[in-house]
Amino acid sequence: MQKRLIVNHQLLDIMVMRLSHQLIENHDDFSDSVILGLQPRGKFVAQRIQSTLASILGKQVPTGYLDTTFHRDDFRRRDTPLTANATKIDFLIEGKKVILVDDVLYTGRSVRAALDAMIAYGRPANVELLVLIDRLYSRHLPIQPTYVGRHVNSLQSQRVLVEWKGEQAPEDNIWLITKNEE
Amino acid sequence: MQELSVRHLLGIKDITPQDIQLIFETADNFKDVLNRPIKKVPSLRDITIANVFFENSTRTRLSFELAEKRLSADVINFSSSSSSVKKGETLLDTVNNILAMKVDMIVMRHSSPGAPHFLSKHIPANIVNAGDGTHEHPTQALLDSFSIRERLGEVAGKKVVIIGDILHSRVALSNIFALQKQGAEVMVCGPSTLLPKYIKQLGVKVELDVRKALAWCDVANVLRIQLERQQMKYFPSLREYTLYYGIDKKMLDSLDKEIVLMHPGPINRGVELSSDAADSHHSIILNQVENGVAIRMAVLYLLAQKG
Repeated sequence: MQKRLIVNHQLLDIMVMRLSHQLIENHDDFSDSVILGLQPRGKFVAQRIQSTLASILGKQVPTGYLDTTFHRDDFRRRDTPLTANATKIDFLIEGKKVILVDDVLYTGRSVRAALDAMIAYGRPANVELLVLIDRLYSRHLPIQPTYVGRHVNSLQSQRVLVEWKGEQAPEDNIWLITKNEE
Repeated sequence: MQELSVRHLLGIKDITPQDIQLIFETADNFKDVLNRPIKKVPSLRDITIANVFFENSTRTRLSFELAEKRLSADVINFSSSSSSVKKGETLLDTVNNILAMKVDMIVMRHSSPGAPHFLSKHIPANIVNAGDGTHEHPTQALLDSFSIRERLGEVAGKKVVIIGDILHSRVALSNIFALQKQGAEVMVCGPSTLLPKYIKQLGVKVELDVRKALAWCDVANVLRIQLERQQMKYFPSLREYTLYYGIDKKMLDSLDKEIVLMHPGPINRGVELSSDAADSHHSIILNQVENGVAIRMAVLYLLAQKG
């Protein structure tokens, strides 16, 4: 297995800062906006964006976590079982501008499931998608992100791993992992 | 990434403590789904489930049906009283006919112990035992433990007494297995005629005095006297049973600690439980019913995943 660092922690900080400013450009004071991190790993991105926005704006943007497990389209069709995570949304999304947040956008199927799962909580005014990494040319569905940290051109056999300090990693890093041919 | 160790839920005896834990964690998620404005998820939309009930049921059948519908499964219902079973069809033929209509899972209640086990050896579908005679009722035991866990934080180390007709109760047997697998201490209490002869071999305490049992326990699970299963007289009269084993609010209040009161339903008010006890703050009887749907969703979801 080969691991190549594609974004180090300084770059990641800059990236999160840039994405936060882009959000402010579109959402002004966030009075009608909420952030939803997709479980399991979009949660950490959402937390980071929320705390960065708090340091710039001085206010906490409502942030929740959305689990898409029960809405996925590959139930009974994959080799490994799906494990559910908690959904935590303590606010109404009816009429709100929702920012869905995930770490890596690959086939787009998780995002489709997320859109489906989100509707169970109400009808948002509009929905945007923020991802740290957009893996190009790999989409199975017509889904495009509104805000992108970085575009990565990768092979299907490769995997993008976003690590967060404190979450079983020594520091924030984004890796491109290539499995060796056996 | 976890999955169950079994393809069927035939009894608590066959599953592992890890399975129970996984079912509880999944049920936590489904309980959250059930508290949303839209209480439905599309997980089982390509699955058809048959509820095959050879014995009467209200709570369990409704609970299973609701769980199936919340998971978006297609549901068909079968009850023996209005079917060809009356015309002499065998169990296996009946079920094979249902399966020929492309059914993926069978939820079955039957009056004969072991009926779902027999079926599991002959058909390809996943089977959930919804009660087989006096043998097991696994989903009831799971929702009972889940309700204890919800009220008291955990099941391990808790003292649970099961009171009443242990001899004819599938709820009692499944509960004993489930509680022991999670590390709880179990006691059974009832008139000696309603305690199975070899019950001590299951590693449970036996107590004949209900007051001593209540003083010992953290949780009291009170069972109904199953008159329909009793082929002979086990005690002189219901009134006498109530006198010796009935639980009322005064008894609960006289204890020096708060205990949790459970009942799998249907309650015979004024027999095993007085109305004021059943409706008191000790009681989590309606929480049990609520949790039943989440637990059954978890079981169906996890079994469907096994294919």
